[in-house]
Amino acid sequence: MEAATVSSRAGSKPAPARAWAWLRRNALLIFAGLAVLYMLVPIFVIAVFSFDTGNAQGELDFAWDGFTLEYWQNAFANKAVTESMVTSLELAALATVVSTAIGTLMAMALVRHEFFGRRATNLLIILPLATPEIVIGAALLSMFISYKVSLGFTSLFIAHVMFSISFVVVVVRSRLIGFDRSIEEAAADLGSTPLTTFRTVTLPLLAPGIVGAALLAFALSLDDFVISNFNSGTTVTFPLFIFGASLRGIPVQVNVLATMLFVLTALTIVLVLWQQRKAKEMASVRPEQEGQPAQV
Amino acid sequence: MTTRRRLIPYWLLAPGAIWLALFFVVPMYFMGELALRSGTFTEGFESAFQISNFSDALSGHTNQVVRSFVYAGTATLIALLIAYPLAYAIALRAGRWRLLLLFAVIAPFFTTYLIRTIAWKTILADDSPVVSVLQALQLVPEDGRVLATGGAVIAGLTYNFLPFMILPIYASLERMDTGLIEAGKDLYASSTQTFLRVTLPITAPGIVAGVLLTFIPAVGDYVNAEILGGTGTAMIGNVIQSLYLEQRNYPEAAALSFLMMLAILIVVLIYLRVAGSGAFMGDEDERRA
Repeated sequence: MEAATVSSRAGSKPAPARAWAWLRRNALLIFAGLAVLYMLVPIFVIAVFSFDTGNAQGELDFAWDGFTLEYWQNAFANKAVTESMVTSLELAALATVVSTAIGTLMAMALVRHEFFGRRATNLLIILPLATPEIVIGAALLSMFISYKVSLGFTSLFIAHVMFSISFVVVVVRSRLIGFDRSIEEAAADLGSTPLTTFRTVTLPLLAPGIVGAALLAFALSLDDFVISNFNSGTTVTFPLFIFGASLRGIPVQVNVLATMLFVLTALTIVLVLWQQRKAKEMASVRPEQEGQPAQV
Repeated sequence: MTTRRRLIPYWLLAPGAIWLALFFVVPMYFMGELALRSGTFTEGFESAFQISNFSDALSGHTNQVVRSFVYAGTATLIALLIAYPLAYAIALRAGRWRLLLLFAVIAPFFTTYLIRTIAWKTILADDSPVVSVLQALQLVPEDGRVLATGGAVIAGLTYNFLPFMILPIYASLERMDTGLIEAGKDLYASSTQTFLRVTLPITAPGIVAGVLLTFIPAVGDYVNAEILGGTGTAMIGNVIQSLYLEQRNYPEAAALSFLMMLAILIVVLIYLRVAGSGAFMGDEDERRA
């Protein structure tokens, strides 16, 4: 409202004053635009330099040496890059399944049940979120050293499930809080057993929260460097490969795979959001509107 | 039946709680125990209850400890100054652009943390246009560099943890009843007064959560200092990493990690006392827990 009156008054002023008024009025949005641009700059750089011919030796220069599709055509030609990516994907998939399952159960207990030890459980879930990754990694390594456990895929799996659980709990929990329990009661009234109710009512309604949590867990696992660096032994994940390569020279394929990963993740998120919006629309349609007269 | 019902939450909690206990709590004990040992990697470490490891770890790395807090503190402050206006614009001014802007805020998460940081190394490289502009503006001396300085490390930390600052602040702004701003204006408060007396206090929990979520990972980070920094920019994380993985001086490394954990634990416990455990989980309502 206020903005409209200001602009009509500004109409009679000279151009510089009008421009100044416009700037002042939109300063916040301009700032927001610049900030968002800042957040996206590195992503552009990664994508653009995946088409650059010159830096095959991984020189980190800003010089543009010429356009090529070579690295996109041979995206998987660099064996070391591809192998580390496969390891990362396997690890992320396994860790996601396990952490999402046990995290969801924990969230159900926290939201739906009163029990002794609630405060301690909350603390147990919050603390890993509040601990720097390096301390988590160092502590796990300390334990593995004391037990002389050999490090590798298994120790990475243990670590990745561990740091994902808390995030899963937080996401699923927020979905459960807004959950309308009368639907479940209705199912029970209609003679459904608790297990059937859980399978046919609770789980489908919780699905968006669980999918969101799983996506987060997957992304965290795929991205983790610090904790993995402490507990990997000789197993090389994608981030670990990149770190090693950054000291010698990064193959351009890394930029290509990173760009692919970005596009895939972005598409997945868009798809999930779209699906959720559709589900919401369907849920908001009342039976009468579908042309089914209520039967008594 | 009732006893069985009462046991249900424990069955639900068991797998996760056991996993966290075994692989988060127990390792902390082992780290503490390792910190008290003496000896060397080649001769083996013995339990010796050597408390001096803690004071040695701290006094040997005073520079890095101080630097970590200065870098992380500066990065957190800059992140807050960028994040608050941005979150405000997205939550209250963006209209139909809201979802797109939110998407852009989390977009960095879709690429690997390390690659993003390495991209900044490219952007801040000596021959890059960004550095030329900074030199032209006299912000950097004509023959000066950006890469390998503390400034580059702070810039990297700010960038990498910015979303953790934006999201909680956005959440608290989005939940805010905008009627309160109207009410402030109706009562003849200026925009500044309304902001300082209404908006800012209401969104304080979001700010506190954002500050913790940015500062904690930043203070323990070593990737930015490793990739963007140079000599004289090492942080605690770099020291811990090098002591554990390169020098294999486990007792001192464990002692330093343990002290770091302790410092953060104290901060978090004070915070939970003040703000309630719900605040960390994304809602301020559940203070009973």
